[in-house]
Amino acid sequence: MSDVQTEIMPEGAVSMKEGKLSNFWKDFRKKKPALISFYFIILLFIITLIGPYIVPYDPAAPDYNKVLESPSLQHLFGTDSFGRDILSRLAVGARISLTVSISAVLLGALVGTFLGLISGFFGKWVDRAIMRVCDVLFAFPDLILAIGIVAILGPGLKNVVIAVAFFSIPSFARIVRSATLETKEMLFVEATRSIGASNKRMIWKHIFPETVPTIIVYFTMKVGTAILAAASLSFLGLGAEPSSPDWGAMLSNSRDYIDSSFHLVFFPGLIIFLTVLAFNLLGDGLRDVLDPKTKD
Amino acid sequence: MKKEVLLEVKDVKKVFPLSTSWFAEKKYVRAVDGVSFTINKGETFGLVGESGCGKSTTGRLVNGLIKVDEGEVNYKGNDLANISEKEWKKYRKPMQMIFQDPYASLSPRMKIKDILMEPLTIHFPKMSSSEKQSIVKELLGKCGISEYHLEKYPHEFSGGQRQRIGIARSLILKPELIIADEPVSALDVSIQSQILNLMKDLQEEYELTYLFISHDLSVVEHISDRVGVMYLGSLVEVASKQAIFKEPKHPYTKALLSSIPQPDPKVKREQIVLQGDIPSASNPPAGCKFHTRCPLAMDICKKEVAQLQQVAEDQQVACHLY
Repeated sequence: MSDVQTEIMPEGAVSMKEGKLSNFWKDFRKKKPALISFYFIILLFIITLIGPYIVPYDPAAPDYNKVLESPSLQHLFGTDSFGRDILSRLAVGARISLTVSISAVLLGALVGTFLGLISGFFGKWVDRAIMRVCDVLFAFPDLILAIGIVAILGPGLKNVVIAVAFFSIPSFARIVRSATLETKEMLFVEATRSIGASNKRMIWKHIFPETVPTIIVYFTMKVGTAILAAASLSFLGLGAEPSSPDWGAMLSNSRDYIDSSFHLVFFPGLIIFLTVLAFNLLGDGLRDVLDPKTKD
Repeated sequence: MKKEVLLEVKDVKKVFPLSTSWFAEKKYVRAVDGVSFTINKGETFGLVGESGCGKSTTGRLVNGLIKVDEGEVNYKGNDLANISEKEWKKYRKPMQMIFQDPYASLSPRMKIKDILMEPLTIHFPKMSSSEKQSIVKELLGKCGISEYHLEKYPHEFSGGQRQRIGIARSLILKPELIIADEPVSALDVSIQSQILNLMKDLQEEYELTYLFISHDLSVVEHISDRVGVMYLGSLVEVASKQAIFKEPKHPYTKALLSSIPQPDPKVKREQIVLQGDIPSASNPPAGCKFHTRCPLAMDICKKEVAQLQQVAEDQQVACHLY
């Protein structure tokens, strides 16, 4: 029995992956703010990779002849209280900020996704237990929680990663849980159960892929928050060492000069602001394209 | 000739709680309220009824997607009603399901190949990939889908094609019983007949037994050997196809049959139009559940539940008229 319809589009062998990606790109390109943010973030990543090799000055070498110079052609962003070039320091510091925030969110997303899947899929007391713990964590403001954790573990970038990851867990758990609850009720999950699939298979092969777009969107937005949190912790002296070119630490070191040398605070602040904004706008754009349901 | 009974459903009941709050008054929907029928090997048992009468729930109770509250589901003499999910795995192979909505029953992010190979991966973990592929290709061909579609994703297919893929998936494990839950009601009429014919062909080739759930009487007439008519969670009439369509006994069956559109407008026929809505399953009428809408209701109907009883060879009716 040959079906007419099956013979339509024999050349439809366009790889699905390609088709999906090009579709995504076509939609995404229309989101101008997100697109610009995307390029900005790409630029940041490039700087992260090659920054240390192309910066005009050694970010750590003091130059006591050029202390607190205003922006000029030689030092585009000026110099700090030790005569170090701020542009070079920001470029090198991008590595610290991005590494810390992305690894923290990645860690939080891993644990949160796992908890969310378990919680949403099994429901009942598992769900209640996990969600109540998350509620407790939610009750603390993010930064206060992070400060508390760093206070327990001691200052340092590694502990900042742990602290930021820790406060990302409940929000990932909750968002993945709701996506799981929705997917769990879908017919194809029931269909997989009717052929005898184990819970593990249903979760990982069928439910998890459905939650990925939500996770990607949320991940992007959370990176912005994490950059801010990491900078705040460094500003408070709980993160990076004061001498390192971390953005938050730079802000912290320069706050004494806010009256006399405005550029010292301005440029680190600006770069933090732009980076966080870029991640948030990118997240918004990705959400509109990947996960339009969750739009508020 | 004595037929071999494959599935026997005995007085199966299922209630769903309406509210899960601790404080609210406990209310239940009696989705399936004492349903009994048997399906012989190799036949097609059609289950018809209005939306919400519990036919889909019955299907899911039979293959354990929903747990039975009371009653027995005997498959080849083994009661499946109270076994654990682990024990169920053994029966997931001979019992397969075809779902109503072909758009929702296939994982949207998996290739057709992976969807179809999954049952084999689950039940034969040691089978090689090429072996699985050859089984999949053979069945896909039988279901009218060409091999080059294997690398595609479900959304690239039409509804009819997806239902063919769904049918192919249900056949991969060489099942004996297939529960088809409204397999054609989401499809165009022209595609419906193709799918029904495909199911019939496959039934002959693989000696399948169908539990065919549908609200569409003409579809059921086309494919079934025996038919059960459900109303509000209970069976009101179970009979061979000939008996049901030639000599319906229960007033509800008669009303349902008279609602089938006739292609010839000149044919005079008596149309029974039922008054009122189907009563709520959370608060079903006492006595015979159909008495509120029955044109022939008597006093006894309001008080006593009518039990299914034999009125002719291979015809059972639950009505006080008989």
